[in-house]
Amino acid sequence: MSAPQRFLERLPARSSDEPSWIAARRQAGAARFEAVGFPTRRDEEWKYTDVRRIAEGDFGLAIHADYDRARFDEQRLALDDAHRLVFVDGRFSAELSELDSLPNGASVEPLSRAIDQDAEAIGGALGRLAGVDFSPFTALSTAFADEGAVIRLAPGTAVEKPIYVVMLSRANDVPVMSHPRMLIMAGANSEATVIEHYYGEAEAANFTNVVTEVLLDRGAIIDHYKLQEASLNDLHVASIHVDQTRDSRFNSFNLNLGGALVRNDLVADLNAEGAETTYNGLFFVQGRQHVDNHTLVNHNAPRTFSNENYKGILDDRAHGVFNGKVYVKRDAQQIEAYQNNANLLLSDRAEIDTKPELVIYADDVKCSHGATTGQLDEEAVYGLRTRGIDEAMARALLTLAFAGEVMEQVKLHVIAERVERAVAGRLPERFNLADLVETAEAVQEV
Amino acid sequence: MLEVKNLHVTVEGKPILKGLDLTVNAGEVHAIMGPNGAGKSTLSAVIAGKDGYEVTEGSILFEGQDVLEMEIEERARAGLLLGFQYPIEIPGVKNIYLLKAALNAARAARGEGEIPAPEFMKLVREKSAEMKMDPSFLQRAVNEGFSGGEKKRNEILQMLVLQPKLAMLDEIDSGLDIDAMKVVAQGVNSLRNADRAILLVTHYQRLLNHIEPDRVHVLVDGRIAKSGDKSLALELESRGYDWVVEESAA
Repeated sequence: MSAPQRFLERLPARSSDEPSWIAARRQAGAARFEAVGFPTRRDEEWKYTDVRRIAEGDFGLAIHADYDRARFDEQRLALDDAHRLVFVDGRFSAELSELDSLPNGASVEPLSRAIDQDAEAIGGALGRLAGVDFSPFTALSTAFADEGAVIRLAPGTAVEKPIYVVMLSRANDVPVMSHPRMLIMAGANSEATVIEHYYGEAEAANFTNVVTEVLLDRGAIIDHYKLQEASLNDLHVASIHVDQTRDSRFNSFNLNLGGALVRNDLVADLNAEGAETTYNGLFFVQGRQHVDNHTLVNHNAPRTFSNENYKGILDDRAHGVFNGKVYVKRDAQQIEAYQNNANLLLSDRAEIDTKPELVIYADDVKCSHGATTGQLDEEAVYGLRTRGIDEAMARALLTLAFAGEVMEQVKLHVIAERVERAVAGRLPERFNLADLVETAEAVQEV
Repeated sequence: MLEVKNLHVTVEGKPILKGLDLTVNAGEVHAIMGPNGAGKSTLSAVIAGKDGYEVTEGSILFEGQDVLEMEIEERARAGLLLGFQYPIEIPGVKNIYLLKAALNAARAARGEGEIPAPEFMKLVREKSAEMKMDPSFLQRAVNEGFSGGEKKRNEILQMLVLQPKLAMLDEIDSGLDIDAMKVVAQGVNSLRNADRAILLVTHYQRLLNHIEPDRVHVLVDGRIAKSGDKSLALELESRGYDWVVEESAA
């Protein structure tokens, strides 16, 4: 049996009551996946990322969503007033979710329910941006599509509290796979903050294949945080697809700390004047972790704006990939597109492959891009040492500072703090950098 | 406290210090003056352990310890702190991180525990106020985007928080207007006490109007050519350095 067949074998039996469109779409996904199979490094898009660990794996599907409540509360972000939707290995957990206080005009629900209750609206949107031909993984996702989060904002609706979607990964006896979908439909002039948070048990070794689609109507504003803190054995493939109309704003924070093998695709289409997108990225990998970030901004219309800043910190024998494309269509005049990628190598054996690409067919544009990869500033290391700080600590402080530039853009304090602490915590414990972070915060608050 | 004996230092093979002797005792303020190129900054850089300086002969003892055998950070922890002529920018590292990490490193070296957070916050706020620095400076990256005067004040702030035994200040007055100079001088003067020594390296006498030295040394061609009390500085101010240079050549 081929690898695709082995994966598709796991497709669950479906009820005949389901709408026919979803059945047809799943079939199309399965057919596509079976035809193309897993990507190999011969594919340009997968040149630096070997997915054999996924393709050769054997993953079941989770059958329940049990997760220890105390452990969940201890690990989650301290967002007590967030609207929360929780999935465990892809299964919806009503017990851990919390959706009481949503304002009028906002709906947050699991995909399974949305398909049942509002098939028509969902059917028109699901898979519109993430086609089965985008990658073998979107095809695979489509074949299995049955669960995830659907967030809908009626025109003019502002959701003040963050919408917090948690995807937990358990240490199962047998590794499982999940193919959650995120669908965000933001009506005209609506506004919300959405968090996707991936974490779980330290021994978890599952495969998560998530597809996020974000549709922004005129003037809508979405802040999207992806905080990926999966276990160091988890395999994680994700794509985020964004469609922006006039004057809409999308702010992405793609923060990756966990996972053995991680691939993120981020694609935004700026389809009408005034659309603006910001990509902020940070990853920190150690050991033999592998993180691949592929980003794409399509400037399809005049006077659209994009600004991208991705930073990577790589230690030990970790491997990072940054491929950032900006594409400017022929008539997309007076656009502005800025892209920056900076990487910090903490070890001689760490490796980064970085490739910023600008493809411009318009002539009246403001674009810049740059990529730097380097070690820590030795003059700064010396400066810290002259104040009594030992060399390893000096390097730790400078590493934290390198991440800080991206974290300063983070508007949600709990996330900034969490990531700063995680970065600090990965540096040797005796430095007690977490304590420093706390002190700095305390001083600020006084 | 500090004993420099027959110190010879070369930079890229070129002799800069050629047998320098200097003794600084606790409670004293010494000023090292001299024409450009005499080796003034080399002396403090060598004591602080900057790269690129080769000691070919001589010794530096600090409280009986061989400074040249100590790591850069060990020197600072032992209480030997240099305020730079051109303070180093430390990208992204908040001032408050540096201050706390440095203070705790010194405390650990003395066998003390980490400073409790409330005590630390009180200390840094007090000292920032003394240096007329807004508390927002504590959240900013060390010297990044600071004006020349702010950088110098920040160097003194570090001294006030870390309370070194020997504070060496290299051209701390350069680039300061008169108001900033007063703030810096006040900060330095507040460090004066019977257990501490201060070593000022300066080209101009004007700093010494604000920080009165006990001893003034003139460095000429890698050696101390003349030493005296504060009146020597005034004499240099009116007569320039040439006469000392000629005297030492004779």
